[in-house]
Amino acid sequence: MADAEEPEKKRRRIEDLTEKMAVDGGHRDCDWDGRWNHVRKFLERPGPFTHPDFEPGAESLQFLLETCKILVIGAGGLGCELLKNLALSGFGVIHVVDMDVIDVSNLNRQFLFRPKDVGRPKAEVAADFINSRIPGCKVVPHFKKIQDLGESFYKQFHIIVCGLDSIIARRWMNGMLISLLSYEDGVLDSSSIIPLIDGGVEGFKGNARVIVPGMTACIDCTLELYPPQINFPMCTIASMPRLPEHCIEYARILQWPKEKPFGDTGLDGDNPQHIQWVFERSQERAAEFNITGVTYRLTQGVVKRIIPAVASTNAVIAAACATEAFKIATSSYIPLNNYLVFNDVDGLYTYTFEAERKENCSACSQVPQDLQFPPSAKLQEVLEYLTESASLQMKSPAITTTLEGKNKTLYLQSVKSIEERTRPNLCKTLKELGLSDGQELAVADVTTPQTVLFKLNFTA
Amino acid sequence: MAATKASKEQRYDRQLRLWGDHGQEELENAHICVINATATGTEILKNLVLPGIGAFTIVDGHTVTGEDVGNNFFLSSNSIGKNRAQAATELLQELNSDVSGNFVEESPDKLLDNDPEFFHRFSVVIGVQLPESTCLRLGSVLWSASVPFLVCKTYGLIGYMRLVVQEHTVIESHPDNALEDLRLDQPFAEFQNHVKSYDLDSMDKKDHSHTPWIIIIAKYLEKWFSEHNCQLPKNYKEKEAFRQFIREGILKNENGVPEDEENFEEAIKNVNTALNLTKIPGAVEDLFNSEQCNNITSQTPSFWVMLRAVKEFVHNEGNGSLPVRGNVPDMIADSQKFINLQNVYREKALQDAAAVSKHVECLLQSVGKPPESIAEKDIKLFCKNASFLRVVRCRSLAEEYSVDSVNKDEITSCMDNPDSEMVFYLMLRAVDRFYQQHSRYPGVYNYQVEEDISKLKLSVNSLLQEYSLNVNIKDDYIHEFCRYGAAEPHTVSAFLGGSAAQEAIKIISHQFVPFNNTFIYNAMSQTSATLQL
Repeated sequence: MADAEEPEKKRRRIEDLTEKMAVDGGHRDCDWDGRWNHVRKFLERPGPFTHPDFEPGAESLQFLLETCKILVIGAGGLGCELLKNLALSGFGVIHVVDMDVIDVSNLNRQFLFRPKDVGRPKAEVAADFINSRIPGCKVVPHFKKIQDLGESFYKQFHIIVCGLDSIIARRWMNGMLISLLSYEDGVLDSSSIIPLIDGGVEGFKGNARVIVPGMTACIDCTLELYPPQINFPMCTIASMPRLPEHCIEYARILQWPKEKPFGDTGLDGDNPQHIQWVFERSQERAAEFNITGVTYRLTQGVVKRIIPAVASTNAVIAAACATEAFKIATSSYIPLNNYLVFNDVDGLYTYTFEAERKENCSACSQVPQDLQFPPSAKLQEVLEYLTESASLQMKSPAITTTLEGKNKTLYLQSVKSIEERTRPNLCKTLKELGLSDGQELAVADVTTPQTVLFKLNFTA
Repeated sequence: MAATKASKEQRYDRQLRLWGDHGQEELENAHICVINATATGTEILKNLVLPGIGAFTIVDGHTVTGEDVGNNFFLSSNSIGKNRAQAATELLQELNSDVSGNFVEESPDKLLDNDPEFFHRFSVVIGVQLPESTCLRLGSVLWSASVPFLVCKTYGLIGYMRLVVQEHTVIESHPDNALEDLRLDQPFAEFQNHVKSYDLDSMDKKDHSHTPWIIIIAKYLEKWFSEHNCQLPKNYKEKEAFRQFIREGILKNENGVPEDEENFEEAIKNVNTALNLTKIPGAVEDLFNSEQCNNITSQTPSFWVMLRAVKEFVHNEGNGSLPVRGNVPDMIADSQKFINLQNVYREKALQDAAAVSKHVECLLQSVGKPPESIAEKDIKLFCKNASFLRVVRCRSLAEEYSVDSVNKDEITSCMDNPDSEMVFYLMLRAVDRFYQQHSRYPGVYNYQVEEDISKLKLSVNSLLQEYSLNVNIKDDYIHEFCRYGAAEPHTVSAFLGGSAAQEAIKIISHQFVPFNNTFIYNAMSQTSATLQL
């Protein structure tokens, strides 16, 4: 027993073993003695709670440091935390995508940025910081929209972690990974699966989830968990304001386009002069109706749809996400199955549950979606269904079909000339458009990289 | 100066929307102490420096090792061999120039030996990875000095926090789902008069469709009262009848088809909650009955003076109810009707707050303090939040650790559930015991893992025996805790870093409610629990 050994012998034995630990794995030129001690205990030692597939050894750390390729989407509140967490957990090759540049209001939580970095691309500054602070870690930045990158880019990663602030972007990413899945004779090829870890935060609330495309619930399976954003009714804004918010929306939606105070430019929420103008108009309107509460801060919040944010919630959720990335990359523990909710308004509350797959999920179920309409229904009704249904929540769907062997666009909003040409179709009935029972419609939308197939089911 | 203030408003904008300018001011006037700049310690600090804490002081006597740098974002390899407090302060300070960073190259034990009053200056003391003996010593000093103490520990995949604060009052708890305070079951005179000014039967369609649902319910309640012996609709059947009663009030067109009156639909939808009885929440009643409320002296903090004043109000002007909150939710209505209704509630709230103010004045006078000691705006804020007041009292560490006052019931009842996180609390205590005996943690070196299992088991058994805890801890947990080898993986440190920092911010700002008193996070299952020990 070690304790009974002479102190000198014991000291030498410890030295030998420490050296052995330092030499085995993780000893790149940039690594110093003991660097990965904290991580190694989870990779080199067997344990009673590890994943059934886990095999202790030096290879896992090697894999993390040199082979594993992980992608972080977003270099903002969650992204900065994720990059740090992954780098300090041993991940050696990390790519990061973010289309934004740094703003002053980011600095209260996006700790890889400094006042002098304002205006620079987030992905690039974040990468520079991590690369310089964590020797041996290589972060590769991509100052791009996720939609600007394609299959061949995303395919190269073992794991993708999202720290996005938009549901549309999440759904797109979700759709992209689903589109990468390959099936052979109806059986999912597991090597085509890229696990997606998704984190979201809002004030003191957050969630982290693990998605295994094709196997577990995807973003769209649980779309109802993200209720659609409610905008104020136009009649309230136009003629019956009651809240300061209504006054602000009046200035933004009605007065700005009419008065064009700065010429033909759109309202830029980041332009203090624009916000000041909206603020003053809102105050005037509020005074007219004896409404109190219009402040500059509220004005900016409404115009930019600002979501409050603090460092702490971002830290918690990114930590949970990175823990999962580590578990998955190393098979060291069974990953979260599959959804964690966090809230620290009153004490600290977490809730962990398994979100279920939706049988007819528009993103991952592979079955054509059912569209039930009478032949006398107008195309406009179909469009409204696609945008307003809680399970679809499309933004500006483009509907095409095959008629008489040819591809026909029924309605497309995003290209002006096509929108004008196809707009009359909205008032036509499905029958008038030549559609028949069982007809397949292909719908494209920003919420998905692949078109979604719908099957028309005529009702009485 | 103005430029700095404006740029601070921009920088902190996203958090000012959560705790306001007054919360930010508290934060900027605070000085926090963190003991041990391990990964957990620096992560906690990061999440306090970024939002602009006034000052921090790191107390750490350790020298930076290679292992330290490996999991810590705020240490670099060229700080190996340097004092850890100093090295970490440099890189943390760099995050935010508004913050003042300080360090003391000393172990907390030495400070406790030579200068325990050193700790009295801090708003909160956060002890990270402290051995049990240091924790208890420090706990006792801070308890006597009424300095809030937050104990944090990352041990393998387990995170642990213990809050030690004698009495923490919260006026602005910002509850997630607060019920409205409309008083429809006991309408005050000004509201009744306002309702009288409406005659639904003689209104034109436009006015009828834009009458606030609160007025509609009030009107129909009056009718219901006259037909039901002044009793509110009580059960489902009666509420259903009441809803139907309102529905019949919807205007019909020439063909007898009901018009589209959204305000009436709103009224019907809100019947359930609108008819809730106005009650003083049990938690507030408890506060009314507490010692501090009933024993006002010149030393009494303003929270209790205001609470006592509200209690006096309840027994006098309030007729058994708290001051009216003064908010109404948005609802379908034309601007004028809505604003007028809102003003009725706002003015009543002001009136009630003024009455409470008078009581505050009397109380202050009775203990020889000037009436300006408590500001008008503070009294208004207090009244607005009267239903949501919270007081958190945590037991001292001494009480938790004493055989005489250990919370046996909580421990044994949790351990009945195999999924409970309580087992990790016991393992952490056992590991502390191991450290006390062997001056090291179990399984730090690979060769120790196997051998330490039986030693750790002895520590576990001695712990359970000392506290007469008749619970069983599976060998798997003992093995796992040897396997951890006191590792401090970064992601678990980061989770705790965010959690602890926010609790510290709650303590400093007196907004939102801190946990009471033990929080355990299990990164293996991504679950957590709050225990009262």
